Amino acid sequence: MTAPLIDLAGLSRHFALSSGLNTRFRKGGAKVVRAVDSVDIEIARGETFGLVGESGCGKSTVARLAVGLMRPTEGAVRFDRVDLASAGRRDLAALRRRIQMVFQDPYSSMNARWRIREIIAEPLRTLNLCSSPAEMDRRIDELLTLVGLSPADKRKYPHEFSGGQRQRISIARALSTNPEFLVCDEPTSALDVSVQSQILNLMKDLQAEFDLTFLFISHNLAVISHMADRVGVMYLGRIVEQAPAQRLFSAPRHPYTKLLLETVPDLNRIGYTRKPMSGEVPNPINPPSGCPFHPRCAFANDRCKQERPSIRADGQGTLVACHGVQEGRI
Amino acid sequence: MTDQGLSRWAAFWNSDILYEFRRSPLAIVGFVVAGSLILSALLAPILAPYDPYDASGIDLMNGLIPPFWSDGGNMTFPLGTDNQGRDVFSGILYGLRLSLTISVSAVLLSALVGTALGLVAAWVGGWFDSAIMRLADIQLSFPAILIALLVDGVARNVLPQEQHASLAMPIVILAIAISGWVQYARTVRSIAMVEKGKDYVEAARLIGVNPVTIAMRHILPNATGSIFVLGTVHLAIAILTEATLSFLGLGMPPTEPSIGTLIRIGNDFLFSGEWWITILPGVTLALLVLSVNLLGDWLRDALNPQLR
Repeated sequence: MTAPLIDLAGLSRHFALSSGLNTRFRKGGAKVVRAVDSVDIEIARGETFGLVGESGCGKSTVARLAVGLMRPTEGAVRFDRVDLASAGRRDLAALRRRIQMVFQDPYSSMNARWRIREIIAEPLRTLNLCSSPAEMDRRIDELLTLVGLSPADKRKYPHEFSGGQRQRISIARALSTNPEFLVCDEPTSALDVSVQSQILNLMKDLQAEFDLTFLFISHNLAVISHMADRVGVMYLGRIVEQAPAQRLFSAPRHPYTKLLLETVPDLNRIGYTRKPMSGEVPNPINPPSGCPFHPRCAFANDRCKQERPSIRADGQGTLVACHGVQEGRI
Repeated sequence: MTDQGLSRWAAFWNSDILYEFRRSPLAIVGFVVAGSLILSALLAPILAPYDPYDASGIDLMNGLIPPFWSDGGNMTFPLGTDNQGRDVFSGILYGLRLSLTISVSAVLLSALVGTALGLVAAWVGGWFDSAIMRLADIQLSFPAILIALLVDGVARNVLPQEQHASLAMPIVILAIAISGWVQYARTVRSIAMVEKGKDYVEAARLIGVNPVTIAMRHILPNATGSIFVLGTVHLAIAILTEATLSFLGLGMPPTEPSIGTLIRIGNDFLFSGEWWITILPGVTLALLVLSVNLLGDWLRDALNPQLR
């Protein structure tokens, strides 16, 4: 296998709970939330890696770490073999052009006081990608057309557009630098279902056209199954199962993944009584001992309560962090 | 060109803010009154029949002449004279000019300092933010006029006696500016904190826009409306603070009278029946502050969509 375009290796990000005078005097130092805890993801060029999980499991933190908006506490983000944290100024400027991000909330991802033209021109201007104003104009027109808007829209303000149109503008801005790697942090979760599919299809088309690599984050399994080639399931800051999309949806291994799949609406299973998903995500400040999923898991035994499972290959293409699976109980 | 100029004008006339303005009689009254007072202050050297700073033009024999509509009044001195024979009308015009110069400068200085501190506090955060905001809290626990008195008093004690008259104006400006920066700093900081957390700032950081550019081009434009509203309201307060300082004898000296100084001079004659020396500048001051306040209130409502 060739080297992955993007390699998240042993990535962790911890947040101090309260930073201030009081923590300095408290014994044992500040309390820490492990928002992301030793996550390993490799994404090959042209591939879409889907990341799923419930709210607060650390998906967005992974996204911010992957694009370099946040520094990892431990581990490294390597893009095309260059470590983002230790890259020099010049390398970083070059990398910035190649990594872009589409944000979740189309209402806060654009400055309401800027015209669309300025919004799309910002990356072009900052990274000096256009040699003349005329060229920039051409490029902006081209980008707007690419995402299904009209060049005339560049004179409008963000509030004149719907959520779906705004997300198109976001995509146009992200594509302006000709990136190779696009991190999409729940790009459709703020949109109506009918608009979601349009945006998803647009992103697939653009991926095929520009050979883009996606890190696609969503809490919506249907969206992930539509988009992703490989999927990672996150729970409390860790990846509990990672597999090719096909395999993950047809033969989930981890009990948590099975639970998640139970909740997906399916036309073929009309009349089928679902097992309701019990329990809630534990408080990440005080995570459970052992396997973080054991309080909600029907198969948990004493070992699960004490020992944290590490992620291992099951020999059929799935990586799974579960004692039960590794012992052959599940 | 004319066509485009015309459509620009039409767009301006039909803009939301002008529409709000045309619908608000109070705002129009405020605008007309404040506008004409400011205009007459600007044109004081042309409009005023006498130069109040020119001691040679004063004749003590003309002292205490009442306004023209009272018995003994005449049109040579339309609003009467004070005890020294100075024309009250000219005094008011020049006083207005001075008061406005001082208060506008103080407001600009306040806004500049407050905005800069608020922006930096929000951006840098940490101990700098804490320090600035605690300082603001402490200052807010004193009345603004007390701060102004304090600054004024300290400046007068530190500076040599002979420079007091020439430095009176900068001192007053500084005193009023220092007493007013807190509002700007707090407002700008809170707006900056909100904007800073939005994704478009992340998007800008992602492509490596430097922080100063983000603060100036992204964050600041979101605060300009609020700064403008604060400035208008603050202007009314600054005019009053200046008048108070001058009334207490700490502001402008009688040789260069501002509105407050005029009221103080006239105050001595109030009980002997020469009311016009203090009442007429007082009415002018009240009109100015009232109209500026009306404008400020209207602007606050017009720029805040939630209050519409």
